[in-house]
Order: sequence, then structure tokens, then C-alpha cells
Amino acid sequence: MSVSKLHKAFGAGEQRVAIIDDLSFALRPGECYGLLGPNGAGKTTTLRLCLGLATPDSGEIRIGGKAIPEQARAARMRVGVVPQADNLDPDFTVQENLLVFARYFGIPDATMAQRIPELLEFANLTAKKDARIAELSGGMKRRLTLARALVNDPDLIFMDEPTTGLDPQARHMIWERLKNLLARGKTILLTTHFMDEAERLCDRLAVIDHGKMIAEGSPQDLIAQHIEAEVLEIYGENAKSWAEQHGRSHASRVEYSGETVFCYTNDAQALLATLQHVQGVRYMHRPANLEDLFLKLTGREMRD
Amino acid sequence: MTTIYAPPVFSLRFYPIWRRNFLVWKKLMAASIIGNIAEPLITLIAFGYGLGSILKEIDGIPYIHYLASGSICMSVMIAASFEALYSAYSRMSVQRTWDALMNAPLALDDIVLAELLWAATKSLFSGAAILCVMFALGIGLHPQVVLVLPVLFLVGMTFGALGLIMNALAKGYDFFTYYFTLVLTPMTFLSGVYYPVAQLPSWLQTVSQFLPLRAAVNLVRPLVLGGWPQMPLLDLAVLAFYCCGGFYAAVIFTRRRF
Repeated sequence: MSVSKLHKAFGAGEQRVAIIDDLSFALRPGECYGLLGPNGAGKTTTLRLCLGLATPDSGEIRIGGKAIPEQARAARMRVGVVPQADNLDPDFTVQENLLVFARYFGIPDATMAQRIPELLEFANLTAKKDARIAELSGGMKRRLTLARALVNDPDLIFMDEPTTGLDPQARHMIWERLKNLLARGKTILLTTHFMDEAERLCDRLAVIDHGKMIAEGSPQDLIAQHIEAEVLEIYGENAKSWAEQHGRSHASRVEYSGETVFCYTNDAQALLATLQHVQGVRYMHRPANLEDLFLKLTGREMRD
Repeated sequence: MTTIYAPPVFSLRFYPIWRRNFLVWKKLMAASIIGNIAEPLITLIAFGYGLGSILKEIDGIPYIHYLASGSICMSVMIAASFEALYSAYSRMSVQRTWDALMNAPLALDDIVLAELLWAATKSLFSGAAILCVMFALGIGLHPQVVLVLPVLFLVGMTFGALGLIMNALAKGYDFFTYYFTLVLTPMTFLSGVYYPVAQLPSWLQTVSQFLPLRAAVNLVRPLVLGGWPQMPLLDLAVLAFYCCGGFYAAVIFTRRRF
């Protein structure tokens, strides 16, 4: 799958706002590619454009050699989608949801009779096969949505924030299933704003903001390229005065977020030494992660 | 975007969507059929015998026969409209079933066509149930009554198409109340369901000629009573006009919504 020089704007006249601005990326077969960005960055719009559900103003999208949106329907035969909002069919049981969805692809019921037990097994829902959707927990619904995205045995799977709203156990279970799919050679396009999720799953990722790509690469490379190696988070009543006295001189970058001071550095020894003698502060010393990179690139202001 | 106004694309891809709705109906079939039979039975008996004992005959026809042959069209209109409004809106906006369909290799045109045909199918179930009630009451026992069923299917498609326009424009369920009270109810009173159109002032008779429900009654009433419609081609053309025009408009407005 590849996207090149994609543009999409909404609104008319003066109020016209670019949602996707010159976005290009390509997925390698078998990899998990992440689209990261704050709310409103254009992640979901990008997925809609790639599925042919919206028409770009300009640019080219191809999936498996098919041009989108012209051949979108043919392309979707080989794509599975896990949407952000659950849209399972509440009138049907768990297995009926899989059967009816497969009919939309023209898959014969006889084929599905064999495949449904496998899919239920994969989603760990075999015991719930005759349950109605309302009886399922949030995690079970997500797993069923994932199983439903696999009815056509797709080569490429689109996942729009697959673990939003799930508890840690349910998230780990979804991650484990996604790794299983990657091991089976599936390609995944994942949008998320959970950095730990992206760091765990993505071979490569793109950080997008205001519809533009601002960084692309493997999580490790991006952190190494864009950000200092170590972070000190300092809390407590004297954190700010310490930061003014010592932090600024020893750290390469200092940021404030509420009561917390973040010091970024490639060598934390000098900072740690000064912290030994300060009263009224607590601190945490850790390696830089994707979240630090994300906040550096997209800023700390709230997005609504 | 010019593609919004492109002619609707017809394909057999509508079938699994129609089949989905049918499967849901099958699960709730018992309740649905009881409602389909009880409602016309109660109305026909109450109005037919209650009002009929005073009115006796209209145009030489026993009132209960007159009422039954008109109200079957109204019931089909309401059944199709209800399905295209409340039920389709639930699937489109609340359950987001349409979103799921569009993640599969289906297009919006397939969905609108499936909803249209499903609304017509469901209204035909309702019409068939009413016919059975009528037969039980000794109404419509003529060979040409068989032709009522295809006509009712066309009536269901017509009001399904008009309903889907409203569905595409709706911001919520409240909007549909206006359509029922301001469009469908007045149309019922102007279409000769309860009394002959000739009773209306002449300007309302003129308006009546352009109404799809009037065309439906013109076709169905004689067939139920054992006669033949006077101007079947004209009435069929009126229904076909609203059906095709309504479907095209519904497709355009739905594309604009998505």
C-alpha cells in the first residue's frame, strides 16, 4: 500500500481548512506501520481516504496495485477494518455477526462454517458464540470486531485506535493477537495515540500533526534522532526552584507541565548529583521514550 | 464533487444487506406478524362495523369493503415509511451498521437500494397480512386480487424511496414526526382512503391527483372489489415517477450526508 502527495481540505471559501496536507507514506509487506498524532491530526481521515470512503482533493493512493478511490471496492475485498467505534450488529449473536459480515464479501456460508470456529478461537470467544452483543464486555467486543475484520482473510488490516477504552488486561490481549497476525505475515496500518502501544507493535511509524508528516522511522531510530537519551522527571514543592538553579545549566532541555519539571539530557550524572542534596523534591530517572518524542514534536498544549 | 449527482449504481450486491434485515425480521417474526394482523383486524372491525352501521354504503359498496380496499394502501405506506425512517435511521446513525457495510466491499448506493427494497418487502408482509384478514372477513375474494400484491410492492418501494430522502436529511428521530403529521397524514385524507375524493373541494381534488397514495388507492380498490382500475397506466406512472425520482434524490442526499 502506498500514499503519495495526499491533500484533503474541508469547508468552503475562507473557512477551508487543510486536514491532510501533502502526506506520503508506504507500507512494506508484513510490517506494522503506525500513524501517530494528537486528536484532529488527520489519522482517521487518512484511513477513510485509504478505504475510498472519502475522495482526496489530490494525490494518489494504491492498495495491492488498485487505485483508490476508483477501485476501492475491489481493494476492500483484501482489506480488514477495525473501526474506532464498535459497530457490531446488536440484533445478532457473536457467530451470526461473523456469518452475516462474510456474506457482504460474497463468502459462501459453507466456507464460513469452517472458518468461524477458527475465528472464535482466535478471538477467545468460543464460549460466547451464541451470546448477544449486549452481553459482551468492551474487550470481548473489540476482539469480535478484530475477528470480523478477518472473515475475508485480508492481507492488510486497518486498525483505528484498537485499544481505546480498554482495561490493561484487554489491551494486552489485543496486542498479543496483533503480534500473532504479524507473525502470520499480515500487514497492519495502525492509528493510535497510545505511545506504549506504538512502541510495542510498530516496526515503523509516522508522527502526523495538522495533516502533515513531521517524522517517520522505527520507534528506536526516531527517539535516537530527535531526542536526548535520558529524562529526569522532578516533582515536589521545590522542583521549580531547583530547575531554575541547576536544571537549566545541566540539562539540554527543560520543560514544565503543571507541577512537573522534565529535564532532557544525554548524561544525567551531573543533574542527579545536584538532586542528592535538595529537600522537597522527588524524581524519576528513565530512558527517553516515544511519548517524549511525541510531545517534543507536537507540543504540550491540549487539543480539542 | 460531481460524483454526488451520478446516476445510482444498481448491482446484486444489495442482496446480502437485504438478507441481513430479513434475518433480523425473522428473529422478531412472531411479534411482527401478530401486530400485522391485529392492527388491521381491530381497525376494520371497529371502523367498518361502527361507522359502517351508520354509513352502510359508499358508491354502492359496503363501507367495510370500501375502507378495507383503501386502508390496505395506507398501511403499506406507513409500514414502508416507518422502515425507511426509524429503522433505517437506527441502522445508519445509531447502530452504525452502514459504516460496517462500507468497510466491506459495498458502496452507499448498494445500501440505499437494499434499504429501499427491504422497506418494500416489509410493507408487503404487512399488506399480505391485511389481505388475509380481509379474506377472513369475506372481502376481496376475487381472482384479480392476486394483482394487488405486486402493486403493493411498488407502493412500498415508492414510500420507501420518499422515506429514505427524509432519512438522509434527518438530524434525529424528531424530524420524522413532522413527516408523518405534515405529509403522510394529510395525504391519507386527500387520497380517498376513508371517503371518496369527490367529497373534497375542487382545488383539493386537483391536488389529490398528484399524490402517490391516491394512485395506489385508484389501482388497489377496484382489484380488491373485483373490478379493474380505470386508468392503470396513469396511476402506475405516478407511482413510478415518485419511486424513481425519490430513489435518485435519496441516493444524492445520502451521498451528501456521508
